[in-house]
Amino acid sequence: MRHIISLLMENEAGALSRVVGLFSARGYNIESLTVAVTEDPSLSRMTLVTNGSDEVIEQITKQLNKLIDVVKLLELTDGPHIERELLLVKVKAATNPQKAEITRLAAIFGGRVIDVSPLSYTVEITGGENKLEAFIKAFGSDNILETVRSGVSAISRGERGLQI
Amino acid sequence: MELTGAEVIARFLGDEGVEYLFGYPGGAVLHIYDALYKQDKVKHILVRHEQAATHAADGYARSTGRPGVVLVTSGPGATNAVTGIATAYMDSIPMVIITGQVPTKLIGNDAFQEVDTVGITRPCVKHNFLVKDVNELALTLKKAFYIATTGRPGPVVVDVPKDVTAQRTRYSYPDKVSLRSYNPVTRGHTGQVKRALKMLLAAKRPIFYTGGGVILDNAAQNLTELARLLRIPVTNTSMGLGGFPASDPLFVGMLGMHGTYEANMAMSRCDVMLAVGARFDDRVTGNIEKFAPQAKIIHIDIDPSSISKNVKVDIPIVGGVNAVLHDLLKMAQDAGSAGDVESLDKWWEQIGQWRERECLHYEQGPERIKPQYVIETLFKVTKGDAYVASDVGQHQMWAAQFYRFDKPRRWVNSGGLGTMGFGLPAAMGIQFAHPGEMVACIVGDGGIQMNIQELSTCLQYRLPLKIILINNGYLGMVRQWQEFFYDERYSQTLVESQPDFVKLAEAYGHVGMRVTDPAEVESALKSAFAMKDRLVLIDFVVEPTENVYPMVPAGAGLEEMLLL
Ligand SMILES: Cc1ncc(C[n+]2csc(CCOP(=O)(O)OP(=O)(O)O)c2C)c(N)n1
Repeated sequence: MRHIISLLMENEAGALSRVVGLFSARGYNIESLTVAVTEDPSLSRMTLVTNGSDEVIEQITKQLNKLIDVVKLLELTDGPHIERELLLVKVKAATNPQKAEITRLAAIFGGRVIDVSPLSYTVEITGGENKLEAFIKAFGSDNILETVRSGVSAISRGERGLQI
Repeated sequence: MELTGAEVIARFLGDEGVEYLFGYPGGAVLHIYDALYKQDKVKHILVRHEQAATHAADGYARSTGRPGVVLVTSGPGATNAVTGIATAYMDSIPMVIITGQVPTKLIGNDAFQEVDTVGITRPCVKHNFLVKDVNELALTLKKAFYIATTGRPGPVVVDVPKDVTAQRTRYSYPDKVSLRSYNPVTRGHTGQVKRALKMLLAAKRPIFYTGGGVILDNAAQNLTELARLLRIPVTNTSMGLGGFPASDPLFVGMLGMHGTYEANMAMSRCDVMLAVGARFDDRVTGNIEKFAPQAKIIHIDIDPSSISKNVKVDIPIVGGVNAVLHDLLKMAQDAGSAGDVESLDKWWEQIGQWRERECLHYEQGPERIKPQYVIETLFKVTKGDAYVASDVGQHQMWAAQFYRFDKPRRWVNSGGLGTMGFGLPAAMGIQFAHPGEMVACIVGDGGIQMNIQELSTCLQYRLPLKIILINNGYLGMVRQWQEFFYDERYSQTLVESQPDFVKLAEAYGHVGMRVTDPAEVESALKSAFAMKDRLVLIDFVVEPTENVYPMVPAGAGLEEMLLL
């Protein structure tokens, strides 16, 4: 099962490597991991996507909680939540029909063209995993020059949340 | 008051009440050593190898419950300390290790004697710090002691760059510290404790399986009272020995790979198991598929991640072992029930039959000394009252089986990591903490040579250890596996040249004796312990191919023990 775990951590050198080290030392999977400082500069927030059986996920959350730098943890997949990921994709755009097609597809997926060069366009799009994958598929791998994904950021809906 | 970083460290350790600092100097810690020179509150113990500093601090901690403190230099000083740090981590021993580091502006430049100490030690510490600002030094040290000694204890490394030890700051001793990200629980959940008691009172074949957590949390008293009140058999892990008196008839011995027949059978057949401060290690459970198939399990542990890690638990209780046992005992006393008396009688009858198997039996003939006999005689001569530090190997298992510990913190061994070379320096730490007490160090001829240089430290500080060398000429424990599981192909386990251990002891300024005749074992031990202010090494030349029984082969269930 796929799980999304959100962490608030002390914004200190080494905190990230503690988390990553834990996952490699204990053989847990990481599908994606994002981390950045929060509105409180003493804290950073990490979103971890992992998968495993219920027992493994239970161990992962316990082990993460045990890290001294981890202030709070929330398993988002336990409740309603929203997840978003940013995708940047550079595609071939040499001919006018190609350019029109890219603009059209981007609009359908709610994306935007953010850079233009004589031979390529770069498109930005955010969404859940499925949407990003559908978008990449829609272009076809032959037309894609380069893609980069940010990894998942996620937040719970409503009252439930990750605050200290 | 304005102090340099080095002075802050020296002052802080004094203010924190640190008695002994086990260490070894070097370039990155010169300022700190200079500050130590100018004070006399903290006694620095100069070992001969940084690994020994960590094991000595560890032995000090295990035998007192107070944190062991270590100071080493950067680079090789820190890497030499890693084995001892990992040893302490595996057994949850409170320790603070201060490591020197190259000056901050050189970090990352492959400077002389630079290693990424924080990176190297990360997976084997409870936490670690790199101090980059002298103004944070005192508070960081305080955090280190707080983290090391609370919750599930463990080693904490504080890495201090040399320039930080030279910079000046205002110092006052931080007597309190709180961390928003670290609040170890202490009390157990009352509802869970109630459920546990109910389950125990209804049990027909209950057992207590207790580990190092009982020792670490000073819970022996409550455990003992509870077991006696409910008349439940107790087995200990090797880390837990002394947590329940071995002389008590309720004690069924150590369990696991070299546990007793009765302990392993009772574990396999129980219907309710109370696991206390133990972590279902693979050396304890044997094949997990075959582990205690009928048991409902209650598990008390301070560390939630220990619960349901290897074995699924029915009633988890997260909390300090002593506090939870205290609550459980009170509830049991109030309940005033003796449980299912009839079933308990039957259970004890069954255990009695298992005991009749006499799984630890051995014959001491007139020719060669049996290692078991040495340990039994040591027990007799010391009246069970010595502190015993062991190294790792067959002798360790015989010590655990034949020296019967009635009190906690008397038995010190490397359980989790199984570190050869642990015994001698750990014994030193114990003797520092308990001057005037008998400290026996049980070692093999292999392991003693992994930190033999510490005999020199022992002379410098006049530590009157009694070193019980079980000399079988082999790396015995490995040889035993080769005999059983590799068709007697003794690959690299016969140590073909050995020093003369008697002369070696003498060369280091101590007393050496050699005993080859079983008839002389007792008198040799007596005369060694009579030399109260000398270190005595007794080289017991024993039966070379004696094996440790019972033995649960790797991959087998606890019931599938090999017996003699
Ligand atoms: C540092 C280290 N290296 C290797 C081992 C593997 N090992 C476990 S027991 C043992 C043999 C120990 O031999 P000895 O010290 O003579 O004790 P004996 O088993 O003969 O009592 C070895 C090599 C270990 N535990 N620790």
